[in-house]
Amino acid sequence: MNIHEFQAKQLFRDFYIPTPEGIVADSASGAIAAATKLAGTSWAIKAQVHAGGRGKVGGVKIATSMDDVAIFAEQMLGQRLVTKQTGALGLPINAVLVEKTDTIKREFYLSLLIDRHSERLCFIASAAGGMDIEAVAAQHPEKIITVMLHPAAGLQAYQGRQVAFALGLQGEQIKALLQIMANMLRLFTEKDASQIEINPLIETGAGALVALDAKINFDDNALAMHKDIIGLQDTRQEDAKENKAKRFDLSYITLEGNIGCMVNGAGLAMATMDLVKLKGGEPANFLDVGGGTTTEKVTEAFKLIVSDSNVKVVLVNIFGGIVQCDVIAQGILSALEQAHIALPVIVRLEGTHAEEGRALLHHVAPNIIAAKDLDHAAEQAVLLAGGAA
Amino acid sequence: MSILIDKDTTLICQGLTGKQATFHAQHALAYGTRLLAGVTPGRGGSEHLGLPMFNTVQEAYRATKADASIIYVPPFFAADAILEAVDAGIKLIVCITEGIPVLHMLRVKAAMHESDALLIGPNCPGIITPDACKIGIMPGSIHMPGSIGIVSRSGTLTYEAVHQTTQQGLGQSTCVGIGGDPIHGMNFIDVISRFQADEQTKGIVMVGEIGGSEEEEAAAYIKASVTKPVVAYITGMTAPAGKRMGHAGAIVTGGKGTAASKVSALKAAGVEVVSSPSLMGVAMQQLL
Repeated sequence: MNIHEFQAKQLFRDFYIPTPEGIVADSASGAIAAATKLAGTSWAIKAQVHAGGRGKVGGVKIATSMDDVAIFAEQMLGQRLVTKQTGALGLPINAVLVEKTDTIKREFYLSLLIDRHSERLCFIASAAGGMDIEAVAAQHPEKIITVMLHPAAGLQAYQGRQVAFALGLQGEQIKALLQIMANMLRLFTEKDASQIEINPLIETGAGALVALDAKINFDDNALAMHKDIIGLQDTRQEDAKENKAKRFDLSYITLEGNIGCMVNGAGLAMATMDLVKLKGGEPANFLDVGGGTTTEKVTEAFKLIVSDSNVKVVLVNIFGGIVQCDVIAQGILSALEQAHIALPVIVRLEGTHAEEGRALLHHVAPNIIAAKDLDHAAEQAVLLAGGAA
Repeated sequence: MSILIDKDTTLICQGLTGKQATFHAQHALAYGTRLLAGVTPGRGGSEHLGLPMFNTVQEAYRATKADASIIYVPPFFAADAILEAVDAGIKLIVCITEGIPVLHMLRVKAAMHESDALLIGPNCPGIITPDACKIGIMPGSIHMPGSIGIVSRSGTLTYEAVHQTTQQGLGQSTCVGIGGDPIHGMNFIDVISRFQADEQTKGIVMVGEIGGSEEEEAAAYIKASVTKPVVAYITGMTAPAGKRMGHAGAIVTGGKGTAASKVSALKAAGVEVVSSPSLMGVAMQQLL
């Protein structure tokens, strides 16, 4: 799960990680009130969306007067921000964060994540902060500092010093960095984060270290243990269909094509998308109906797929394991009836009770097309969706 | 011979009294699996499915000396269940549970470094040696004893590979679902090295997916140490970056873990990588 920058910064403050003073606002007048309360002569106005890359597309502006504060807030609020991470539709700006600015001497990068290969928590730091860290890693791998945490020992002071000296920090700053790292680790483990990223971590004119930006992702598997984190969810930043799917225990991801896919199993669902693409078509979605599929779930899955107006054809790909194909076939029939689906539906059933399932679907409706195998199913879907893209 | 399990393998089940566990245990028993006992705290001394129940894995192990344990307990209790099995002395632990927090699994893996127990999963269909022993939720009926070792991160794609190798008349030596979580037990290399050493196994099918780098590491291992033919299918070519595709571990982040990278590593290792999941069986038949 993602949260907003202002929420991440509140968590930072709760865990004693220094952040700029800031107040969130959802109107121009609110932004002025925030800037007035913060005092000073210059403020950053930052669009709150669940995506990075805001600065390059006007989602972060520096105001040096109250007029500017109002104008920038007005320009952002109610708009959709399109960054390289959002897709073409962008995300709605429902709030702006107004922050007191500080002079920036240097910008660093600091993150904490789980390294899958070593199965350890891992700090990544770089003196090349404020930039796209993936580009830095690709072009200047020597500028990336990595520190692995032993599961029993945790973060040791020497590891903090390794990072601090590599970043060129001195004196009190070394202790300050170690504090920040220790607090990031505490936040990470107490709240079951999956990544904490500070980009940039700045050295202010006075030499202090401050998290100018804050990004936290949380482990969805652990959310049920953290009611406070669930409370930070902003569904306006998320795909409505994906959220609806979650309520029915379906795993759904919106894509941009016109071939709706309904599959059992995450791997097979990805494979079905790949096959559609291989045959020249474009999948409209990823959808895993799961192992313990019921008629109700199949019906909801169908409704979800056809609620996307791009969808021209639905491809059903089921390998019946424990779930029996005749149960799925029943589900398809009831879904077609309940959701009044007239679109062509191509069905590939294989595995347990496949024959019985196919028999149930045979000649019952003109728009149900039985596919003899997986490749045939994908080819049919691409053909009926208007041919190869 | 098969790998890891055979007709003599004995098994206990943690969480046996749950609905899912009960259902799958009935199928396993019908398949001929030597499931000897169940563990549910507070149910010790009773019987379930005609099997003796114990309060702890330690008690169940003392009574049965089981080789393996299968775990169906809910996600927040699964890490505890795995470590309980390790502590009791069980040597093969199969965890079906989906949705275990990643930090729990980090602790489990760290603790398991001190043990020689093997973990399969979590978030996996389990392991089966056809007509001998079924430890998991896979449909027994599609399997056939034979010569192909199958290892996969995905449940239903494992079934595809099984179905196709059965249709080709090749059958399977053992099939292992290693699971879809980012932090998990046995990996591709752990399983492939056993297939390489197993006389019954003549060919290996591996099914990988986006996320992590285990397929690339397997490719390097195969190039150096595997002489048997390997067919691979990698799913997630079209998955958008930054999105978890159903499995917690199936995600491309920071340009890492792409299907393209895995496919090219495997091809460079001499593995036959098929472009469609429907070609796994045919491709293996051609290589043999």
